[in-house]
Amino acid sequence: MIFAPTPSQTVGPYFAIGLPWPEGPRVVPEGTPGAITIAGTVYDGAGEPVPDHLIETWQADPEGRFADLHGHGGRSSLPGFRGFARCGAEYGDGGFAIFTVKPGPVPDPAGGLQAPHVAVTVMARGMLNRCVTRIYFADEPVANDNDAALHRVPAHRRHTLLAEPDGDGAYRFDIRLQGDDETVFFSI
Amino acid sequence: MTDTHQTVSQERIYAPVADTPAGYVREDPAAHPPLHYPGYKSTALRHPREPLVYLPNTISEVTGPALGEVLPVTARDADLLAQHGGDPIGERITVSGRVFDTEGKPLRNTLVEVWQANAAGRYRHRMDRWPAPLDPNFSGAGRCLTDDEGRYRFLTLKPGPYPWGNHYNAWRPAHIHFSLLGRAFAQRLVTQMYFPGDPFFPYDPIFNSVADERARERMIARFSIHDTEPDWAAAYAFDIVLRGPAATIFEQPR
Repeated sequence: MIFAPTPSQTVGPYFAIGLPWPEGPRVVPEGTPGAITIAGTVYDGAGEPVPDHLIETWQADPEGRFADLHGHGGRSSLPGFRGFARCGAEYGDGGFAIFTVKPGPVPDPAGGLQAPHVAVTVMARGMLNRCVTRIYFADEPVANDNDAALHRVPAHRRHTLLAEPDGDGAYRFDIRLQGDDETVFFSI
Repeated sequence: MTDTHQTVSQERIYAPVADTPAGYVREDPAAHPPLHYPGYKSTALRHPREPLVYLPNTISEVTGPALGEVLPVTARDADLLAQHGGDPIGERITVSGRVFDTEGKPLRNTLVEVWQANAAGRYRHRMDRWPAPLDPNFSGAGRCLTDDEGRYRFLTLKPGPYPWGNHYNAWRPAHIHFSLLGRAFAQRLVTQMYFPGDPFFPYDPIFNSVADERARERMIARFSIHDTEPDWAAAYAFDIVLRGPAATIFEQPR
């Protein structure tokens, strides 16, 4: 290490003047075939919704390709696919929703495949650093059983990482920052 | 294996491109604040109590979005003084610097976003209700992309300090919020840039949540007479360092 890292600080309560933008929650353009919605609520340790949170997500397309800054793995062929979503508490009730497509499996470092998943950053006033989690899909039980990251999670906590089907083209994924059924957060 | 897995052919298991590392160094706990810091009361119910689960970096963490291609970023976005019909009131400053990783590599073409209070310490946000004036000529948000040497530059006003409800007579030192995407999901950083010699430093739990004094100093911009523009704007320099590539992907948890 040559340079020492710049410390993290909280996004505070007023990030909405700078970070969210209207198309931010859209990973894919409107009308993309097979599009899904992943929606949920962020709760604090008292079980209350957190109204001032910032969620960012990053994922592969259904072919397992990333819309990466450096073309890692080849460009996604899905028109308008960004891979990235940012939701900035527009809803005010602790809720968030991203409009995306279900990712495909991607390689893991050991040569196997990871189950379809979405990487998630959670930030808020009162959080001095981000928390990182992953959204997996409850309707991918076999792929999930073979996922190396899920194997690192105690079995009784894995359900906190599963988005549950919630109607046609919709999934529900709540995030609990603390307390009963606390969401699993990763050190990356 | 599921049907989904069987449809994946070997030709889709890509090797990393030359400048994409297999993994990033782990965050140095001494360089960052803890998620639970009692002096900052709002952390009490907003930090996980369970230990974080160690996750070796995978392709999901070493790749990152090309947001500069998604958001229209123009020169005007880096000039917070020219976003309205008139001149905002306050101390005109430039804030510029470079974005590096911990290996000293400049990060080019990466998005830098800023937001801040106006010169009176008021944010243009519906939840900011303290009775300092709003400035009709100042929105307080900007963005730019770093150049080939990792440089960024904003033209703005020095923000004012402002009170907040954390404890009796609590004030935030003047600061500008910075958001960095880096090149990879693993490099994401949101921080705050402070100004040298701020009298509120000893009393601010957010600033002091970073335990190491040298690490705190890395959040303080440096005044530069060299870069100060005669008869125009005082210059502050602020370099930002994101974590860099790890030497090996086979690292173990500490």
